[in-house]
Amino acid sequence: MNKFTLKLYITGNTPRAERAIANLRRICEVELGGQYEMLVIDVLERPQLAEDEKILATPTLIKHLPPPLRRIIGDLSDTDKVLIGLELLDTNKKLDH
Amino acid sequence: MKSNQPKGNGAGAAVVPSVNSIGKLATGIPGLDLITEGGLPQQRTTLVTGSAGSAKTVFAVQFLAEGIKEGERGVFVTFEESPKDIRANMKGLGWDIEAWEAEKKWAFVDASPQPEEVVVAGSYDLGALLARIENAVNKVKAQRVAVDSLGAIFTQFSEPAVVRRELFRIATALKGMNVTSVMTAERNEEYGEISRYGVEEFVADNVIILRNILEDEKRRRTIETLKFRGTHHQKGEYPFTVIPGEGIIVIPLSAIELKQKSSDVRISSGNVELDKMCGGGFFRDSIILVTGATGCGKTLMTTEFIAGGLAEGERSLLLAFEESRDQLFRNATGWGVDFDDLEKKGKLKVISVYPESAGLEDHLVRIKKLVEEFKPHRLAVDSLSALERVASLKGYREFVIGLTSFIKHHEIGGLFTATTPTLMGGSSVTEAHISTITDSIILLRYVEMLGEMRRGITVLKMRGSMHDKEIREFTIDQKGMHIGKAFRNVTGILSGFPQQVQVEELARVSGMFEAR
Repeated sequence: MNKFTLKLYITGNTPRAERAIANLRRICEVELGGQYEMLVIDVLERPQLAEDEKILATPTLIKHLPPPLRRIIGDLSDTDKVLIGLELLDTNKKLDH
Repeated sequence: MKSNQPKGNGAGAAVVPSVNSIGKLATGIPGLDLITEGGLPQQRTTLVTGSAGSAKTVFAVQFLAEGIKEGERGVFVTFEESPKDIRANMKGLGWDIEAWEAEKKWAFVDASPQPEEVVVAGSYDLGALLARIENAVNKVKAQRVAVDSLGAIFTQFSEPAVVRRELFRIATALKGMNVTSVMTAERNEEYGEISRYGVEEFVADNVIILRNILEDEKRRRTIETLKFRGTHHQKGEYPFTVIPGEGIIVIPLSAIELKQKSSDVRISSGNVELDKMCGGGFFRDSIILVTGATGCGKTLMTTEFIAGGLAEGERSLLLAFEESRDQLFRNATGWGVDFDDLEKKGKLKVISVYPESAGLEDHLVRIKKLVEEFKPHRLAVDSLSALERVASLKGYREFVIGLTSFIKHHEIGGLFTATTPTLMGGSSVTEAHISTITDSIILLRYVEMLGEMRRGITVLKMRGSMHDKEIREFTIDQKGMHIGKAFRNVTGILSGFPQQVQVEELARVSGMFEAR
């Protein structure tokens, strides 16, 4: 399996940000078996990074690798959606629910 | 008051309310500060709404551009067009955004839609956007922020309630950043809900509406201040135009104060006999309307008016909307006035324009610019009524008011001609609707007598002066106009049905009154 490069943009230490971090860790451990690199960026500290990536919503998760680039917004509590976003789950499968 | 007043808006520039405009930021957008009585509420957000094509983005960009001219820096948050497009589109209006960016006077926050698909997986806010706006404001030390346009952000996110909440948060945060801001929003109809998504309810205490109305098959732009919480503004719609190289120019019309000085100085009409009829000439800063049917001598009066100015060492500007330069020059030569020579000496400027070449607002802005450049003592418009056909009645009236107040403000004597639609008698739209705006009205009329067409002239009105009340006959030859005796034995000239009256009858009628 290809190694995943993920960046999570948050705005300060809000409960929502903490939820997003926890959700992402859990999903990555379970689904990616540790084959990932994860970087958490606080846009309050690094606003220019958010500007460069044109981030509007927080939390935003960007999957840089493997291509294609994908964006997932929200606190990542909807695991199926996160998996679709990471292309680990087929969209059609989701419809079967 | 700002020392650096906007150019191209002479009438407005001198009457911007000064000291008592506490809490307002002079935008520098020509005319806008006049109708808003000082500018936009300072350190607050003003919502600018308008339908598609109502110049919202131009307004937002110009708000920052005029600020930069005054040394105030700006941040532009775009939800719709990419910064690249905005830079390119606004170049045509004379704004080099790229240069301002390089000078750190302008910063973009690019929130335009990105091509990648976005998956929503849980709850979110727009905290990153807010952080980016704050970052940009701090980076360039901005005093002004423009957000364009709110509707586009609603289409980027599927939860309107979240977007609404977040926009409210951003508007609140902007207040804390000590910036004055404008946000644009779409509306569906020109006269309906203030904005789509009802953003006005949570975003701003202040609302300005831009309209692009179809009136009598003609487009007309207007701007209206709907509300300014806690501060005054002029009410109602004001026309505006967008000029290449300049941007939005609001035409403040009724917001112009009637505080022109009234001059007692008389100037010559260029015709000794006519001066006598007017009690010694026209007033220095008066507006004279000359009406008459086609071919009855209006252009000649215009020419004499210009020649009369020359004799007094004055410069004249002639705006022709009916005849070409060549025709005018030939006519003038026929009456012994050499326009070519006058132009070379800098005593005259003849501008011949086809009325349909621009909207009336554009014509007005151009005329103002010409007047400010050439600084004439006299302005002749031949004919004003030719402009009737390019605008609605309301637009035409506004144009004439705007023009007359402008030239009065500059103490320029104005002579406008109007063509009556019928050969005999009759009155034109111009006469009916702008006569109250003018100071003097001179009627030129054909008089049919014994199978012959003769010409009559009368001074119908002359504000602030005695004048001849008779209808006099005049003739035209290669030396110009010659005013003679009154039509003693004719009645019904003005109504267009002249009738001969026997001289004896006239004497008898006069005698009847004397007997009493």
